[in-house]
Formats: sequence, C-alpha cells, structure tokens
Amino acid sequence: MTKLQEWLTAAGVLFAIWFCLVTNKVESNFVRENYNLVLYSPIIFVILFGLYALTVVLYRVYNFNDCEEAAVELQKEIQEAREGLTRLGFKFRENTN
Amino acid sequence: MQDPNRCLWIETTFLTYIPLVLVICNCISDMTGENISNSSNKYSILLPTYNEVENLPIIIYLLIKHMNESGFDYEIIVIDDGSPDGTNEAAIQLQKIYGKDKIILRPREKKLGLGTAYIHGIKHATGNFVVIMDADLSHHPKFITEFIKKQQSANFDVVSGTRYIGSGGVYGWDFKRKLVSRTANFITQLLLRPGATDLTGSFRLYKKDILEKLIKSCVSKGYVFQMEMIIRARQLNYSIGEVPITFVDRVYGESKLGGSEIIQFAKSLLYLFATT
Repeated sequence: MTKLQEWLTAAGVLFAIWFCLVTNKVESNFVRENYNLVLYSPIIFVILFGLYALTVVLYRVYNFNDCEEAAVELQKEIQEAREGLTRLGFKFRENTN
Repeated sequence: MQDPNRCLWIETTFLTYIPLVLVICNCISDMTGENISNSSNKYSILLPTYNEVENLPIIIYLLIKHMNESGFDYEIIVIDDGSPDGTNEAAIQLQKIYGKDKIILRPREKKLGLGTAYIHGIKHATGNFVVIMDADLSHHPKFITEFIKKQQSANFDVVSGTRYIGSGGVYGWDFKRKLVSRTANFITQLLLRPGATDLTGSFRLYKKDILEKLIKSCVSKGYVFQMEMIIRARQLNYSIGEVPITFVDRVYGESKLGGSEIIQFAKSLLYLFATT
C-alpha cells in the first residue's frame, strides 16, 4: 500500500464514523448533547493540528544548532590544508576569489 | 575384560558431542571469516564536482588527513563533470601528489546528473563500501570515521548523516532558510514516515551493491534524488543508521535555495507520496 492509499484509507474511515454520527445513523446521547461540537470536529481537528505543526516547526527552528565551532575549526583546517598542500608542491590558482 | 555397556556409553557420549563440536568449529570459522572481511573493508569516497577548483584541493587534503588517522582502507574517486574552471587540472595535480591508488579520476564531458555520476564513479571502485559527500566543504571528512563505526555497530545497509538530531546542525543559515528546511522536513516526515531524519542531506555511507540497486530504482534528478534514495531504501527494507553531522554552508561559491527548488521538492514529495 502506498502512503497515499494509507492516508485515504484512514481519512475514509474517520469520515465514515463522523458521517454516521452527524446524520444520527448511530444513536448516542453524547452526540445529541454536543451536536455542534461533533459537527465541527473535523475543522477543530485541522486547526488544532495546524497549531501543533506550527509549534513544533518553530520550536525546531529555534533549537536548530548553529555550529559556530565547526565553522571556526573548518577555517583553521582550510588554512592548514593550504599550507600543507603548498609544501607538497601543489600550485593554487593565482586569483583566489 | 571390557564391559560392553561401558563401550556403548563412551560411544553414545562421543556421538552426542559430534554436533556440538561441529557447531563450535562453525562458530570459529564464522568469527575468523568476519575478522578477515572486517580488515579487508575498503571505503570508496565519491566526490562529484562541478566548478570546485577552490574546494577540491582542501577537501582532498582533509580527507587524506582524517582517513589516514582513522586507519581504514580507502580511495577517493573524483567525478568532474567538465568544469570550465579547471577543477580537473587541480585533480590531476592532486593525483600526482597522493598517488593513483588513493586518488582516482573519472571525469565526464559535461553535467549529466548525480545518479549517473555515482554509477560512473563506482564502476571502477574497489571498495565494498561507498561514501558520498559534497566537495564544497559543507561536509567534514572527520564524520566518515563515525559513519564507519555506526555501520559496523549493527551492520547497517545505509548510514546517513543528519543535521536534525543530537549534536547535528548547520552554520550560515538565516531564519528563513531554517524555517523552510524545518517545514519541508516536518511535512516530509508526516507524509512519508521515512525512518530517517535527514532526507535531503547528501553525506552518506552505503554498501556498494545496495547503492547500485538504489540508484537503479530512483527516477528523480537534482537534489531531491537524495530524498528518493532514502525513501527507496525504506521501501526495500534496508536498515538505516544515523549519525549527527554539522553542515557548514558553502565557504566558497553560492548556495542556492529559490522558488524553483521548493517547487521541485514539492513535486517529488507528492510523487513519492503517491508511489511508495
């Protein structure tokens, strides 16, 4: 099963349950008492998931490591490599950016 | 006078031990076999290049330094796609310095895509493992040793470097770039559940035969090719290990992330979503 099919299956099952509840195919006191909540539950779910996604993404952006040390270390190693290569007889091009 | 019962007893005891002895012998030969293959592991490092005349000498110097320190057997294969800036001439100089057994040149006439570059590169690779990395210094050679150790820890088919977990990270990215990256990553994880945290990274170690199979099963071009590789690996039930890496964005030259890259990424994501 492809990921698309998995999503369609899950969405289909959830939609069927929701549809049965809002059209009173399944009798339930809870649905009668909270009809609006059940009716708008898909929209509520989407909004809540959106908030969750936004929070997670922003949290991860904020906590994305800035590798300052790696950059400093690399600059040192570039210098070392240039010197080392020159000693080994490597000829760098004249124009260096 | 010998007791016939005693003879029988010795015989049965002896017979009972035969399978055990065989099992032990097998184990010993397995262990020695493992040791032999372990010491004969060789890592072919692929460097596809296009206009990297500034970076190539540096990356090769650092690769040689770190790989020599690590003690693993290796070779570096440079696949230059006809760079007009003289990358191949620099590579020839480097080959003269370090020797033809360490630096192997497999240039091509023109730019022909990453997948074919890897195929072209490994055609004459003598290693049983292949490391792929960018030649622009954003991937540091010191992580290769960690990849190898990770691979050996559970005999992984693929080891992927990741910027997104643990001590991994990036340098030189502004807020927008990080936001795009994290958003794309979140959506991809949600839709594809790939079993790896960094899909678009291109610093990885593969078993050679598995890399060949994966490339053959991939259809996309460009940088989304890396994402498809790891998704196909999951689809084919290959094991994937991960090592946190630091990614230092291009020191020399331009790094690109524009609207067309994002559209290309979205298209590939949907394609993989519908087909895998």
